[in-house]
Amino acid sequence: MSAGIDLENVCCDFGSFRAVDNANVSIRPGEFFSFLGPSGCGKTTILRMVSGFIEPTQGVIRIGGADVKGKRPNQRPTALIFQNLALFPLMPIWENISFGLEVRGIDKATRRKKAEELLRLVDLPGAADKMVSQLSGGQKQRVAIARALAVEPQVMLLDEPLSALDLKLRQHMRAELRAIQQRTGVTFIYITHDQGEALAMSDRVGVMSQGRIQQIADPREIYNNPVNGFVASFVGENNIFQGEVQQAADGMASFATPHGTFRARLGELGDKPGKLYVRPEHMLLSDAPAVENSVPVTISDISFEGSFIAVHATSDTGAILSAEIRNDGAATVPEKGARVHMTFDPARAAILPDANVRG
Amino acid sequence: MQDLLRRYGPGLTLIMTLLVAFWLLMLVILPNMTLFEQSFRPYLPVTEIGGPRDTYGFGNYLKVFDGSIERSLFGISFSIPVHVMTFGLTIWYSMVVTALCFLLAYPLAYYMAKIVNPRSLPTLILLLFIPLWVSEVLRAFAWWIILAFRGPLNALLLSLGLIDDPIRWTNMGYTGVVIGLIYTYVLFMLFPVYNAVQSLDTNQIEAAEDLGAPWWKIHWRIVLPHAKPGIASGSVMVFMLSAGSLLVPSILGSTTSQWFTQTINQWFNDALDWNTASAYAFLLLLLCTVFVSIAMRLFRVKLSDIAK
Amino acid sequence: MHKFRQTLAHLYMVLFLIFLLAPLVVMSGAAFNDSKLPSIVPWRGFTTMWFSEMIADQRMMLAFVNTLWVAVAVAVLAVIVGTASAILVNSISGRARTVLYGMMISTILIPGVVIGISTMIMWTKLGGAIFGPDGKPWPFIPGLHLSVLGQVSYIAAMVMLLVLARLQSFDAGLEEAALDLGASHAQVMRRILLPHLYPAIGAGAAVAFFQSIENFNVTQFTRGGADTLTVYVFSKVRSGITPTINALAFLLICVTLLLALAYEINRRRRARIEAARQAEARRAEDAALS
Ligand SMILES: Nc1ncnc2c1ncn2[C@@H]1O[C@H](COP(=O)(O)OP(=O)(O)OP(=O)(O)O)[C@@H](O)[C@H]1O
Ligand SMILES: [Mg+2]
Repeated sequence: MSAGIDLENVCCDFGSFRAVDNANVSIRPGEFFSFLGPSGCGKTTILRMVSGFIEPTQGVIRIGGADVKGKRPNQRPTALIFQNLALFPLMPIWENISFGLEVRGIDKATRRKKAEELLRLVDLPGAADKMVSQLSGGQKQRVAIARALAVEPQVMLLDEPLSALDLKLRQHMRAELRAIQQRTGVTFIYITHDQGEALAMSDRVGVMSQGRIQQIADPREIYNNPVNGFVASFVGENNIFQGEVQQAADGMASFATPHGTFRARLGELGDKPGKLYVRPEHMLLSDAPAVENSVPVTISDISFEGSFIAVHATSDTGAILSAEIRNDGAATVPEKGARVHMTFDPARAAILPDANVRG
Repeated sequence: MQDLLRRYGPGLTLIMTLLVAFWLLMLVILPNMTLFEQSFRPYLPVTEIGGPRDTYGFGNYLKVFDGSIERSLFGISFSIPVHVMTFGLTIWYSMVVTALCFLLAYPLAYYMAKIVNPRSLPTLILLLFIPLWVSEVLRAFAWWIILAFRGPLNALLLSLGLIDDPIRWTNMGYTGVVIGLIYTYVLFMLFPVYNAVQSLDTNQIEAAEDLGAPWWKIHWRIVLPHAKPGIASGSVMVFMLSAGSLLVPSILGSTTSQWFTQTINQWFNDALDWNTASAYAFLLLLLCTVFVSIAMRLFRVKLSDIAK
Repeated sequence: MHKFRQTLAHLYMVLFLIFLLAPLVVMSGAAFNDSKLPSIVPWRGFTTMWFSEMIADQRMMLAFVNTLWVAVAVAVLAVIVGTASAILVNSISGRARTVLYGMMISTILIPGVVIGISTMIMWTKLGGAIFGPDGKPWPFIPGLHLSVLGQVSYIAAMVMLLVLARLQSFDAGLEEAALDLGASHAQVMRRILLPHLYPAIGAGAAVAFFQSIENFNVTQFTRGGADTLTVYVFSKVRSGITPTINALAFLLICVTLLLALAYEINRRRRARIEAARQAEARRAEDAALS
């Protein structure tokens, strides 16, 4: 069983500070949905409103179509996995996992059986009688997931559950979490400030900044077609050009910058000013200038990153630009100090407004 | 309050609030208000309570000034009301006890925090705790045995040849009381001071040593200022306990050492004049409040620091 | 020079310990001296006579039983009130917290004499106001129950401080996690918060029990004729004493020593278990990474 979640014009104020501003999102049943954003942007606040620990100041939250206003956390079909896991240190693992069943008055034998079943599901058989302090970080993680699954929630809410783990373990747990989600079919709402995590695991991602949802889309769309400069910069690297839109037609526009006039896709600017964003991997290096969108530069630094090579260069106006060359074995890498041209495809560059924020 | 409701729900919140209200209202505030009210009423036979003579007045407080005696200090003789003198001497000797407790406890606190091998510290603390678990009356009684005219202290001093004749310890004014109070309350100074010194970063001491500071300067300029909150809380505790002690002065006191609590006890349990006893008790409470406020001002600490 | 100061410090520690412990040894020793007066000099030979006399002392036995009852009642009440206060103070903030907390800890500083007299006067006056001057019923007459109330008024603050200190290390997230899993507020209290507080509550109960046993000031003004051990010993010291008191003191010291020892052994055992668990967690961590 899994349920969808709808937020309609949801706001949350702490005194005069608005932590979440007019959030609208519709999460489908069985979906793996991530909220991605920098620290303090209101991700946890959204999650705590869905789980019932805080009431929204305005707006409606529906779980499975039903308005949950006034329902306490223990009356909602959600299970929250806390940022610090919040395992009960004084109970053995199996009691931790079956706590949700215990408070529903289920007998001990059934609880024990269920706990062991769940421990197998999260790949931790034989840990039932250990204490929390005996487990490693990754194992605690699994116990927290098993504990949340035990109450058969329709929605799982995960608040940066991997942030305390080592890099290597984190990558391993990503796959694990995704697998558990697909095995159980429960709706997952996942919170993270790590764009890699969000893009790798999610069906869809909501990018947030300063309390506002900036864009909701699937990971590819987010990366390839960010709606504004904040999304573009938070998810991946960019070369950014300041300038002014000159002529627009058919979704394309020419954009006057100190480096010359470029052509690029025109985003939803409204009446706001825009900047031009080009990803480093879309910057091509050539000896001669191309017909359009070329910038003459001097290579200032080359760093070898393994699967690709990062090239940093200085333009004649002193701006730093960067490009990435795939390390496919055949790529030619320029020398430091060389004069080259950086060129980009108009279809791969976009003129975008800044972040959607108040004031 | 919001937080409380959210965390524990209305039922538990109500129960907890009622418990706290019972404690603070029924056991603390109301009794003290009754004591205050009672202290302004005259002591009357039962039949006259509520009668025409039962009016408020300062009579009970003015009894402090009854019955003067002659005293001389530094060659100046003057007459002073007995109870005022008892009151003054109680404060004075409580301060003496506090100061001596500090002098005794500070070196040991420093020793425990910075010198002793940390592995043997738990054992040392356990040993120090033993007297705390033994009842106050028994500790006073132990000194009553030791200070007896034919007791072990005189026997020891005689056999060491330090004195020629046994000394009447319990007949030397406040000597017995002061010794007993120090013994009973020195640990209340030791542990707060120890906690404070212990939180000082040892590197600071070493840095000062490295810069060539002599040992007394290190204590005066670095350790003592850091330990100030601990010293304040220890001093307040020791002073309050000493000034409020009834057992030790009664057991170890001499014929010439009257403690203010003994006076209160006489009004209450011997003269059965509860109203005057209330007035005197209120004076004691007032004194304690004033002392604590002064100490907190002087040491610039808050009440919540003292509780640690 | 440094070495010399170090030796001096050790010497001071030893002298201090002698100062603290010698009186207890003297007192215990006198329990076995065959002398009418409690002393260890002159030594008149070993005897256990004072112990049998102590058991035969009806008044002392009665006082002993009274003391235990009072101490148990004080411990129970102080733990309940103190724990509730700590939880309450811990989850409010701002001015209300400062005022409540200040009032609670100031009870520790009120002299016992004042507590005793004020408790006695308030309850008897309250009884007088409700039932008239004669024939006041039970809770409004002097007696050990008033001693219990008076003692609770400041011992509860000690329990409160212990529990509050323990609450600082409590992660409120655990309460939310339990609520989120469907627990009621009462279940959260019983299964999550109280188990975390048990060590402090236990320590609080012990402190309350021993504070009550040794209380004199409050009891002296409220007891109305009934004896507790402290009051009895006090009256014995003032009138004629026999070394039965020493016999009693010896037994009490032994009991407290045993309790302290048991506590320490238990503490060390727990520390060992916890260390073993952490070691296992570290091994699991390493295994996961390799
Ligand atoms: N109870 C509260 N009272 C006042 N302000 C709060 C409260 N809770 C959160 N805030 C503020 O709301 C903003 C959003 O907080 P939130 O916890 O949702 O951020 P977050 O996106 O989860 O950040 P992080 O990645 O650091 O966890 C922050 O600026 C925070 O300071
Ligand atoms: Mg957060």
